[in-house]
Amino acid sequence: MEISLETARFLAEIIFYGLIGVTIFGGLLATCAKRLMRAVSGLAVCFLGIAGIYYFLGSPFVAMMQLLIYVGAVSITLVFAVMMGEPDENTLRTKVPGLAGPFSVVLGGAVAAGLASLALKANWMEPMAKVNDGSLPAVGAALLTKYSMVFELVSIVLLIAILGSVIIAGSGRDKVTS
Amino acid sequence: MNYISGDLNTYLVLGAVLFGLGVFGLVRRPSLIGMLIAAELVLCGASLNFMAFNRFLAPDPTVGQIITLFIMAIAAAEAAIGISLVIAVYRNYRSVETEDLVDLQG
Repeated sequence: MEISLETARFLAEIIFYGLIGVTIFGGLLATCAKRLMRAVSGLAVCFLGIAGIYYFLGSPFVAMMQLLIYVGAVSITLVFAVMMGEPDENTLRTKVPGLAGPFSVVLGGAVAAGLASLALKANWMEPMAKVNDGSLPAVGAALLTKYSMVFELVSIVLLIAILGSVIIAGSGRDKVTS
Repeated sequence: MNYISGDLNTYLVLGAVLFGLGVFGLVRRPSLIGMLIAAELVLCGASLNFMAFNRFLAPDPTVGQIITLFIMAIAAAEAAIGISLVIAVYRNYRSVETEDLVDLQG
């Protein structure tokens, strides 16, 4: 059976709605879940939805990077942190943290509403012409020519971050009692 | 028929919602790890905005993708350092909740 272009676009639109739902559900889970492990899982779900939305924005490469780096690396690192730092889930603080409950809703809502209204009110200018098509070869060429300095700097930053995190986390450990 | 997946405003509003969720979590969470999770949401909202502008408005559509890649690298570095700080704090205070990390309060 031949599927018309209109049908395909409609199906893609349904998938897009699903991705938005997944993203917002994951974000809500990441911020509102009581147990931190569920919050990390919600964060991973949110990143999955974002990766799908990057695909809709015409960049499968960044979508795959999102999957690799965020879902694969950052979420797992956070899982390690939760397993180290949360000794007993039953002793988690249950009292309402003072002003932070309602204040956080108001502040987060105000920030989101303000940014969204600014974005909707602004008069965005379409570009006259595009220099290239934004494909993966163009991204690679730009990374190694125009942005090569920044590329190297980012790798140095990553190296220093890894070394620094090892030093910070390992400094207070007592070595004799073994 | 109008599709919202081809509209810039959809992505901008979604990015704003993610940013607001991150700020909400940052204020609300009582523990350092929860705040780290919320900070990741903020970064994600920002890079979604970059990608949306890259797709619809940028004359050179590689710039936004490269900036998003750099944001990912910075976020990974931030997560690594943040978690090692959390581990160091936990070793000294036996807790990762912000209310316990006070020495000077009477």
